[in-house]
Amino acid sequence: MKVSFKTAISLAIWAATWEIAGRYFGNDFFPPLSAIIRADVDLLSLPTFWAALGNTAHSFGIGIALAVIVGVPLGVLIGCSEVADKLSNTWINIFISAPLTAVVPALIPLLGIGEATVIATVFLFSVWIIVLDTQAGIRRVGASLVDMSKVFGATRRQRFFLILLPGALPEILTGIRLGVVRGIKGVIIGQIIVSLLGFGAMFQDFLQGFSMTRFWGLIAIVFLLSFVLVELVAVIERRVEFYAPSR
Amino acid sequence: MSLGVLPASRGISEEAPFAAEQEAAAITPVGSPETRKTFASNNPSLWFMKDLGWKLLCFAIVFACWEVVGRAHWNLAFPPISSVAVALAKMAINGELAHAYASTLPPLALGVSLASIVGTFAGVVMGLFRPAEIIFYPFFVLLQTAPMAALVPLITVVLGVGIAAKMLAVVALSMPIVALNCYKGIRDTNPSLIDMCRSLTGSRMQEITKIILPSASGMMFAGLRLSVSGGFVGVVLAELLITPTGIGDLISYNSSVAHYPEMYAAIISIIAFATITLTVLQMIERQFTGVRGPYRGRQRKERI
Amino acid sequence: MMSVDASAIVKVSEVSLRYPNGTEALNGVSLDVPKGELVTLLGPSGCGKTSLLKIIAGLLQPSSGEIRINDRISRAPGPDRALVFQDFALMPWATVLRNVAFGLELRGLSRASRQAEAKRYIAEVGLAGSEYKYPHELSGGMRQRAGLARALAVNAEVLMMDEPFSAVDEQMRRKLQEDLLDLLRRERKTVIFVTHSIEEAVYLSDRIVLLSRNPGRVMRVVKPGFRRDTNESDIRRDPRYQDIIDDIWTSLKGYLN
Repeated sequence: MKVSFKTAISLAIWAATWEIAGRYFGNDFFPPLSAIIRADVDLLSLPTFWAALGNTAHSFGIGIALAVIVGVPLGVLIGCSEVADKLSNTWINIFISAPLTAVVPALIPLLGIGEATVIATVFLFSVWIIVLDTQAGIRRVGASLVDMSKVFGATRRQRFFLILLPGALPEILTGIRLGVVRGIKGVIIGQIIVSLLGFGAMFQDFLQGFSMTRFWGLIAIVFLLSFVLVELVAVIERRVEFYAPSR
Repeated sequence: MSLGVLPASRGISEEAPFAAEQEAAAITPVGSPETRKTFASNNPSLWFMKDLGWKLLCFAIVFACWEVVGRAHWNLAFPPISSVAVALAKMAINGELAHAYASTLPPLALGVSLASIVGTFAGVVMGLFRPAEIIFYPFFVLLQTAPMAALVPLITVVLGVGIAAKMLAVVALSMPIVALNCYKGIRDTNPSLIDMCRSLTGSRMQEITKIILPSASGMMFAGLRLSVSGGFVGVVLAELLITPTGIGDLISYNSSVAHYPEMYAAIISIIAFATITLTVLQMIERQFTGVRGPYRGRQRKERI
Repeated sequence: MMSVDASAIVKVSEVSLRYPNGTEALNGVSLDVPKGELVTLLGPSGCGKTSLLKIIAGLLQPSSGEIRINDRISRAPGPDRALVFQDFALMPWATVLRNVAFGLELRGLSRASRQAEAKRYIAEVGLAGSEYKYPHELSGGMRQRAGLARALAVNAEVLMMDEPFSAVDEQMRRKLQEDLLDLLRRERKTVIFVTHSIEEAVYLSDRIVLLSRNPGRVMRVVKPGFRRDTNESDIRRDPRYQDIIDDIWTSLKGYLN
């Protein structure tokens, strides 16, 4: 991830503002940056932090993996088959912008107050955009590329693996990146509602115990981690981007 | 295998991550004349009626499966849709739903309005003025990417359980996308159009009002629509977690007393409400902006 | 109406095409393409020339009529025909070498032999040295050369070219036209060429089939007769060249409304 000069300036300005505002205008709820950084260092030494991180990463990882494993083939199916598209179009459009948060309480009695619910939340939050973008990618592959492969004698299987999949890859990766963003929201929301595990539980604990510096410290870490994770996917996405415009 | 080709507009980026997904969802495929179907493509205003038969069929299939699974008594917490429908009707008639929505909708509407105003202002300023972009852009990207949901418990601790907390939750989850979409819309203005305006000795103000803002309007409207989507998440989350009011509370209350048909009914009502609201917004958006978006260079040639 | 040519490698018989929305693209088109000739389909936009080419290539099914290649009815793409595309149709994620070898890859040739074949044709079209470049690193003219190399590499008898030089700038276009004539001297292919440039058609063709539009029908056949007799740099200086162009223009002008 390249940190450009402008971003560095921006970060510096924000850091300075936060520090000053925190010292002079802040109250217990909004500590200055230096206090938060100290709390972060503190947190990193807590075994409970690492346990929570492991737990969160585990739930998130499984949920996203499931979303990709289910979402990409489903997106391909919908991209290739008009019937499948017409049947599922409405549902995908509904779920992609609906407040799926409302569904989480329905999962709890079914899957229990535990990791299964959180994994299901991650899956539900992220699978739809992966399906949609995969479909968009498949459709994006130029008609002339497909025609070309037919002219040179490609079988359906060859068309799929040699033309459609590589052609759709930029969109698929974008869908995965957006799925990761949503999945992170999913894991946090799931954990907050279930409130027994991972970071969600830690947030509640800190709030209830009024350890505001630790709370903000954890927020900072979670925000930073999510940003890094999304950037990782973006890096992969960018490596494939070079051929995206000219399909 | 027939493949349509989407119009060339790859507007996917970190800054406005939801813009392209909505485009992809909304645009019907434009094939070569050999494959174009007749009805809906000749009547674009009726796009939601397209394939009405298929839409009804897909609902029918899912509801039928739901009914079967529900009746199979797999789990007490998964009632058949018929009992959910009954519960829904009951709650609508006895006013429970109305009462809940009376508590949910005001903070949602107010929060989204506030987020739109502030977000649009911020986005436009970022788009037009480099220093603002340098300072604020990473901030908004962070807000959009990061799980703002983590802050909702804090909001309720600080602001209590009233309408203010809900509003702030809505604003937190809906403002960033408005700002980012406005910014991107302005940034994506075709430089040729700006050159054209300058060559006709237009002033900066004319450039902004006559070229940049109209060109950006497509993305700006899309951003507003997406912010409503985020707002729903914010208000539901706030209500699920703390406030003893609103539709979120209806969901969690019924969950806690194991009235599962009622719980599902409440969930379906909010999802349906959100979907209908967003669809209406999409219709309005199409009316205002047509299919016109920022001009993005050479259009695909029609060829026979 | 053309007389039946015994040595025609491609025979188009009474081909009609109707789109799903009802418009008639082609109506009763019949023509023969003699072996070894370069035949151009020329006409204004909307005359169905690209559709006709796709029908001959087997990518599109006619509503009625038939296509015969070497006297056998043909309804699908086959190893006897290759296509060069207007927008190059190169896989942007693959190198030039892989792109040119693609037809052979689909047929299952081993990597070594298909790469050797591909390199030969890459050199023949003048792209030697660019084997490992990606399409986005090439100019339009170079991309089309790669497309041509790919079509040559599969050793098809009939080469079909769909406005191959229209997405390329004018100077590169002239160079490509000259190089095409030069190449055909060596390669002995039958070529079906689609263009809307009269000038290009007269320069390149052994015969030009003029198509009208709404619906597409064969209007006339013109035989410029330059390709065989004249050096490619002298064609444009021949006094008959401009006359033939004007003659064709007069025919087409009437149909432009």
